[in-house]
Amino acid sequence: MSLTKFDYYAPERVEDACRLLMEKGEGAMVMAGGTDLLIKIQRGLLKTQTLIDLQKIESIHDITFDKDKGLSIGAMARLNDVANHPVIKEKFPAVSEAALATANVQIRNMGTVVGNLCNAAPSADNAPVLMAMGAVVNLVRSNGERQIPLEAFFQGPGLTVIQKGEIVTSVFVPTPPAGSGASYQHISARGKVDISAVCVGVMLTMKGKTCQTARIVLGAVAPVPMRALRAEKVIEGNPISKEVLEKAGIEASKECKPISDLRAAAEYRKILVGVLTARAVNEAAKRASKKPN
Amino acid sequence: MKQLVTLNVNGNTYSLAIDPWRTLNEVLREDLNLTGTKLGCGDGDCGACTVLVNGRSVSSCLTLAVAVQGKEITTVEGLAQSGEKLHPIQEAFIEHGAIQCGFCTAGMEMSALNLLKQNPSPTEEEIRTAIAGNLCRCTGYYKIVEAIGDAAKKMKV
Repeated sequence: MSLTKFDYYAPERVEDACRLLMEKGEGAMVMAGGTDLLIKIQRGLLKTQTLIDLQKIESIHDITFDKDKGLSIGAMARLNDVANHPVIKEKFPAVSEAALATANVQIRNMGTVVGNLCNAAPSADNAPVLMAMGAVVNLVRSNGERQIPLEAFFQGPGLTVIQKGEIVTSVFVPTPPAGSGASYQHISARGKVDISAVCVGVMLTMKGKTCQTARIVLGAVAPVPMRALRAEKVIEGNPISKEVLEKAGIEASKECKPISDLRAAAEYRKILVGVLTARAVNEAAKRASKKPN
Repeated sequence: MKQLVTLNVNGNTYSLAIDPWRTLNEVLREDLNLTGTKLGCGDGDCGACTVLVNGRSVSSCLTLAVAVQGKEITTVEGLAQSGEKLHPIQEAFIEHGAIQCGFCTAGMEMSALNLLKQNPSPTEEEIRTAIAGNLCRCTGYYKIVEAIGDAAKKMKV
């Protein structure tokens, strides 16, 4: 590939990165793994004069877990670090599975979960589960910070609420309540490495055999990852029976708004949404039953 | 503006003045003449450019050379460093006929090394997952999968 010319900085502190972003103005961009960003620069989709590499900022490489609060995934935590992290595998298996479902080994060794979110592709593999689990994005700027629910983070394909001079330093996932379970289901034309044609993240809270709360998030079937609110209502207050799963799938299928593109036709995506929603709800319920409240 | 960088490739240290927008793939091939590493798609999809950085496989086409200063870079040339005895992975690829046109081979071998360092006894499924990001248009993969399984045994001896 041939990249357009840019200056390169690798600051060691978040505040230096924020300051550089402000100083260098419009053409300044931050890079985590670079696996999406460098392709966009190469294709001329982004005009970059200054590239600010975040890899030397040690504090944002961390993955930390506090059982009372939750899981924090730093902006430089690589997809494979998240996929293989023992605590994430044990306590947040769907988060690990979504990271493992992203691209191929090499890209997972380079790319990051936070980068996957900031790239804001409608098909981002890590978005549905994190959104279903109520994740919160931590944004830092020179004179402060703010926390935004992931559900309010995406504004359109490639667009987020990140303001000029802001950097996402981590994404936080609250510890799921007892009796809850989550699942990630995805499908693509070419198995393990292709971008998902449809992806679904679900988190349920169960009391006995009855579902108390459901959050269903659909990816790659709307401009941003979307809640399937009507499908959630079908499940809440009911046992996870075959009929309920089928009804929830039909509702989710109706409420999604897919387009046809090279990865799948809109009609096919709608069918897949039904199938994957039912599978994800079913798996989330099974996982919930393994740690009852 | 060019930046002075020091790269550690296959145990050798190179000091270079390079433009910050140049990829590791370009610098390896054009400046260091290490042309064993190929450039395929340039998008991180095909795996032909795979090298190890600090022991982990990456796409050198999506890695900036300035960003890997001070890190340990291993290319296919680093597998048989003496220039005489091949690495067990290379031996296995030859013995199993896992090379046809050869364009994917360097990347396949580096992905195999990445796998076998973490998992010395992989199942067939694990081997297939490990090379999911390496495309081969000749072999149909079967002989490559066999070769990596055999390389695992050779490396334990």
